[in-house]
Amino acid sequence: MALPASRSRALAHLRICDLTGQLAGAGATKFLAAFGAQVIRVEDPVRQGSWDILRGVPPFVDERRGVNLGGAFNNHNVEKLGITIDLRQERGKDLLRELVAVSDAVTENFAAGVFARMGFPYEELARVKPDIVYVSNSGFGAAGPYSSFRTWGPIVQAVSGLTFSSGLPGLPPAGWGFSYMDHMGANYMAIAVMSGLVHRNRTGEGQWIDMACTEPGIALCGPDLLDFSVNGRPLRRDGQPHSNHSHAPAMAPHNIYAAEGDDEWIAIACRDDDDWARLATVIAEPWAKDERYATLDGRLADQGTLDAHVESWTRTRNRHAAAEAIRASGVPASAVASPEDRIEHDPGTSEFGLWPRVHHTEIGEVRVDGLPVHFSDTDWSIEHGAPCLGEHTDDVLRDVLGLGDDDIVSLHEEKVV
Amino acid sequence: MSGAAASSTGPLDGVRVVELASDHAAWAGKLLGDLGADVIVVEPPGGHPGRSYGPFVDDEPGPERSLTWWYYNTSKRGVVLDLDDPDGAARFRRLAATADIVLEGEPPGRLDAIGLDHRDVRAGRPELIWVAVTPFGRATSRADEPATDLTLLAGGGPVWNCGYDDHTLPPVRGGGNQAFHIASSFAAMSALTALLHREVSGTGQFIDVSMHAAANVTTESGSFDWLVARNTVVRQTGRHALASITQETQVQCADGRYVNTGFPPRHVKDFASLRDWVDECGFRDEFGDIVLLDLAVERGGISLGELREDPLISEIYGAGRSALVFLAEHMTPEEFFVGAQQRGLAVGAVWSPEEAFTNEHVVARGFPVEVDHDDLGRSFAYPGAPFIAPRSPWRISRRAPHVGEHQDEVFDED
Repeated sequence: MALPASRSRALAHLRICDLTGQLAGAGATKFLAAFGAQVIRVEDPVRQGSWDILRGVPPFVDERRGVNLGGAFNNHNVEKLGITIDLRQERGKDLLRELVAVSDAVTENFAAGVFARMGFPYEELARVKPDIVYVSNSGFGAAGPYSSFRTWGPIVQAVSGLTFSSGLPGLPPAGWGFSYMDHMGANYMAIAVMSGLVHRNRTGEGQWIDMACTEPGIALCGPDLLDFSVNGRPLRRDGQPHSNHSHAPAMAPHNIYAAEGDDEWIAIACRDDDDWARLATVIAEPWAKDERYATLDGRLADQGTLDAHVESWTRTRNRHAAAEAIRASGVPASAVASPEDRIEHDPGTSEFGLWPRVHHTEIGEVRVDGLPVHFSDTDWSIEHGAPCLGEHTDDVLRDVLGLGDDDIVSLHEEKVV
Repeated sequence: MSGAAASSTGPLDGVRVVELASDHAAWAGKLLGDLGADVIVVEPPGGHPGRSYGPFVDDEPGPERSLTWWYYNTSKRGVVLDLDDPDGAARFRRLAATADIVLEGEPPGRLDAIGLDHRDVRAGRPELIWVAVTPFGRATSRADEPATDLTLLAGGGPVWNCGYDDHTLPPVRGGGNQAFHIASSFAAMSALTALLHREVSGTGQFIDVSMHAAANVTTESGSFDWLVARNTVVRQTGRHALASITQETQVQCADGRYVNTGFPPRHVKDFASLRDWVDECGFRDEFGDIVLLDLAVERGGISLGELREDPLISEIYGAGRSALVFLAEHMTPEEFFVGAQQRGLAVGAVWSPEEAFTNEHVVARGFPVEVDHDDLGRSFAYPGAPFIAPRSPWRISRRAPHVGEHQDEVFDED
């Protein structure tokens, strides 16, 4: 029986030996797997794959709980194969070496130094496969005074400036409300893997690419940092941050306003004077005709009052209807969309095919996050759910590593797999 | 792409990218350029409007003084072409035909109308990879709707997750034009995927990136909690939006700045570290719950299962959290962050971007890099490598180009 694989052929010539977990690592190899790379997840049989804490945690379909039933784990590990190897045993280590020897890349996001302590420093990987591309992703990287510090998404966001730069004046930081840097860390990690493979294909050289997730996080605050390094102006100053306003480029009105109902909101952004003129026509109230508001400088000078005026108009209107009326005039606007709004009632996602339904061996049918791109020739395909613990162990041992039935039986008997 | 590379070149050395200047895709061009690609950014006459975005060097506006333009256009060469003029269009078609990758963020239909879309150019160059980054993708019924970073993040999910426990306050858009970053990262990943595929197939392809879709798959549990269990997450100050309300994790320090206290301890060694830290600081008398930390150590830690059943365990768990809050309130964010992490507790300082950029760790790693602005006779610190690849290093090869700075050089090559 052939191993299950994504229907995409884009990366079907590549094999990844994958020891990642959570979203920051697993998200990177999900992208590669959806484009056809053979991603072989290696997990620990002794502790039931628990180096990925998401394996057995909510959400669950129909409240069915278990190590194979975690909804987040399924979301991040579609189209991958799953095997178990006990890396405490010498035979287990040998097995991983055999897998590395036939892989193009090795990926992991353990805390810095953990994989080396398990017996697999880069030198060992390169001894087994000289041109291997090895990518490690930890909070602070393999070197530096904080390299032993432990992180997860919100900690990375806190120490990279992203939490601080999300908020309103006079209030504590609002932060990101999710592990934004797990998503972006995964994207950067995928870029590291693929750019490493491009380099290998050109030169024959493998290497160890080490990522400290906080550093790309800092790089996502670029213009604010240049204002500091060039002009000496910190973002920690009176009146800042105000991240619902827009400074680069300067826009006004530009905010999130209360709409009719309880906790319902609408975002409006006037990019220029023409946008304002159109919005003023939609609003059609006397204050909107105020000459002071005809220019950006005038609107910026009195932004607090202007925001209060706009909100007095939005507050009595349905967020969807008002956003649609404003957009119809050519001005950017959107209801602050709930998960249900954007997943069940938005042609912008449904027509894009953004929520593919997968079949998971134990969960059954469930929808997952797709990818926000389409390729004209070798588009991504997501149909297979995440692997159950050890679901493909025997198939991989036989079809990828070429082991015979006797060897496989003996590996099971010795609890190596 | 042939021949052995010297070890100092980036992984995309020898790859040419022709980028039509845009807000949407500028970050993707920078990602590819800093990885060694030869990126040529094409602007309209007079330069791209992005040159008018602040802040400006020395606060003096000017097309060569925008720090936003500087940041997003490192490692690129710059040319000017008027695509609406037949001669400009012809030159663009010839230039695009020299590229491995074309990157653009034009409104859907605009390039087709002037005969410069991917079909026109790829017809004579099937190996070309063409990446279009648009607000709603090229092919959905929303394709022509106006959008900005704010409205994309509001309609695409991230804003729903962000804000405060007090829901009379509006939800919050995270700063820094992240909708552009999210979409651009997927654009760069897609370009690399297509490049790797081309190495075996010989052909390129067209890639349609939707910024709205990109935001929608960048919400963590915002999406999958709904997809799996039809749960709706709710926003909470400085921590994960979840379907249930969790305890606060953000604490204000003695100097008014904040820290994230992470998860309270459960393991015996963490309780012991925390208790010893309170003692070392001389807070034993002031922190009343210290006896509960002692008890936690005696008991060998606690488990989450016991937490639900035993009120004493619940008190011990609460004391662990209180100890973190108490310590944070009595020191600076740096003292709390480094002190806790050295004791094995995963907490964070909520730093401003400039504090993050100048902290001892990233400085020791060489993350800030100096970029020479020869035109001003000055150099400035920029954020550096997102990852360390010793044999194919990331590098800013040049400052952002002036308007038309490389016109002669590029078209002489052509």
